Amino acid sequence: MNRLTYIGLAIAAIFILTAIFAPFIATQDVTAQDLFMRYAAPSARHWFGTDALGRDVFSRVVYGARISLEVGIIVVTVSAVIGIFIGAIAGFYGGLVDKILSGYIFNVFLAFPGLLLAIALVAFLGAGLGKLILALCVIGWVGYARVMRGQVLKVREYDFVQAARALGASNMRILFTHILPNAIQPLIVQASLGMAGAVLAEASLSFLGLGIPPPAPSWGTMIEEARGIDILYNAPHVLFFPGIAIALTVLAFNFIGDGLREYLDPKQRQR
Amino acid sequence: MKYKIQNVARQVGLLLLVVWTVVSLVTLLIELVPGDPATAILGEQATPEQIANFNAKHGLDKPAFFFSYDGKKGFDWHGADNRYLDYWKGVLTGDLGTSFRTDRPVLDMILERYPATIKLAVAALIVAVGIALPLGVLAGTNKNTWLDNSSSFVALLGISLPTFVIGPFLMYVFAVKLGWFSPTGSANPEDIILPAVTLGAALSAILTRMIRSSVIEELGEDYVRTARAKGLSERKVVYKHVLKNGLIPVVTILGLQLGVLLAGAIITEKIFSWQGLGLLLLDDGIGKRDYRLVQGCVLVISVTYILANSLTDLVYRWLDPRIRLS
Repeated sequence: MNRLTYIGLAIAAIFILTAIFAPFIATQDVTAQDLFMRYAAPSARHWFGTDALGRDVFSRVVYGARISLEVGIIVVTVSAVIGIFIGAIAGFYGGLVDKILSGYIFNVFLAFPGLLLAIALVAFLGAGLGKLILALCVIGWVGYARVMRGQVLKVREYDFVQAARALGASNMRILFTHILPNAIQPLIVQASLGMAGAVLAEASLSFLGLGIPPPAPSWGTMIEEARGIDILYNAPHVLFFPGIAIALTVLAFNFIGDGLREYLDPKQRQR
Repeated sequence: MKYKIQNVARQVGLLLLVVWTVVSLVTLLIELVPGDPATAILGEQATPEQIANFNAKHGLDKPAFFFSYDGKKGFDWHGADNRYLDYWKGVLTGDLGTSFRTDRPVLDMILERYPATIKLAVAALIVAVGIALPLGVLAGTNKNTWLDNSSSFVALLGISLPTFVIGPFLMYVFAVKLGWFSPTGSANPEDIILPAVTLGAALSAILTRMIRSSVIEELGEDYVRTARAKGLSERKVVYKHVLKNGLIPVVTILGLQLGVLLAGAIITEKIFSWQGLGLLLLDDGIGKRDYRLVQGCVLVISVTYILANSLTDLVYRWLDPRIRLS
């Protein structure tokens, strides 16, 4: 694995630890307002300064990691489980089932711009954490399904699958104890890139006012609140720190995904 | 020839199927609105009469679909006089309904804003190619040197930095600090530069990586050795021979990305208050709960996206005989 992958792993580790130990790392209450301290510059008391309501930006960025991680893990897990299941069925059974699933349903989901579908779903359902996660899962599963289908098509021709079948193993047993473990590598890459995608999508929707409503400290919401011209002029730190946090997190998971893909694909490694 | 027609027919068939699904989804999404649209628009104090009038005016008094299902009564057949079919009839005759808020035809509102979004997307495409072409060639011809590594790093940075982080940062540096551009709006011709760079950044990163690997691959081909052997300068080898072949896959990506740019423009338009389709969807549609307008915007953006993708695919098949015949 290359150096960037290790950098990615290190940043991701910091991000995850920050999210888990947020109550111990944050220096202030995330919702505590101090209207006498609006837009205060970074100082010993407020490491990243304060925002429009005098809330501590450092503590909000720390708790923001929690929201991002929570959304990321739930979205990746749920989409992966649904995607793996549907992809496995499409690849394993083939024929008409595969034609309907991969020929039609996958194509419909891929033909639709993901972010727009999420926006449309949230627009009609209303904003909120649960609905946001639902929308991201609706757009997320198809990536896993496609990878899984391709893997199953490849692996099911191997001798050990024929052997298992000859021994009388059921379809489900063959699928989940023989094929799945051999198809898992590209799915891990997909999950890592999916984590970056989910963190980014949550922040995007929150930025558009369609994600987690304030006062929850979502990084996207924090940037939304900080993008006024006068704020940019007087207190750019309010924008800077959540911006850096999102960029680093997404970068880290992209580094990991890219590095893993390169590591698992010898053709790319040589290049 | 027979294969070609079959292929095109299959493509067009799939395209129609996808468009049908999208329109159906958009039509039925409005049924997900918690409560009913009339109360959302008119407010809690609206009298039953006002609500009934509103519903009649916008055709909301009809059943949603051909049938409905009720746990107690089972399936209930409503016939052809339903909202789903009404919306379809409208779409096919170029009528996307009237806005719940302004009573204007939704199509007119969309057409007013459509050119601004297309302009922004095309400008972003130009910016992306302008950045990616030199950077990708530089990285590809200097493989594994510091030049290559740093351009790869810049590219990954461009992919990872979200639009809504790049946008305000650019605004801070070039509009607030340096004062070169106005931070929002589109009053002056040069005001398109910041939104276009913001929207094009991610694409330029993707393109840089593609051009790099394309150049590396082509440099290993026999014709490059021939070109060098006949004494051409390295510059000529790269720009006259390698790029010509190396750009074929890049062109495809460009077509596919035009659709992505259209969807991504929603965020960019919000950052820079660019009066396009995205801002119409967010502010006038979602912000004011004008569900008819939301339907129209989602429909137009996704159909444009799907058409751009399919056209690229068809053109690519036609251009590259290896795909056409496979």
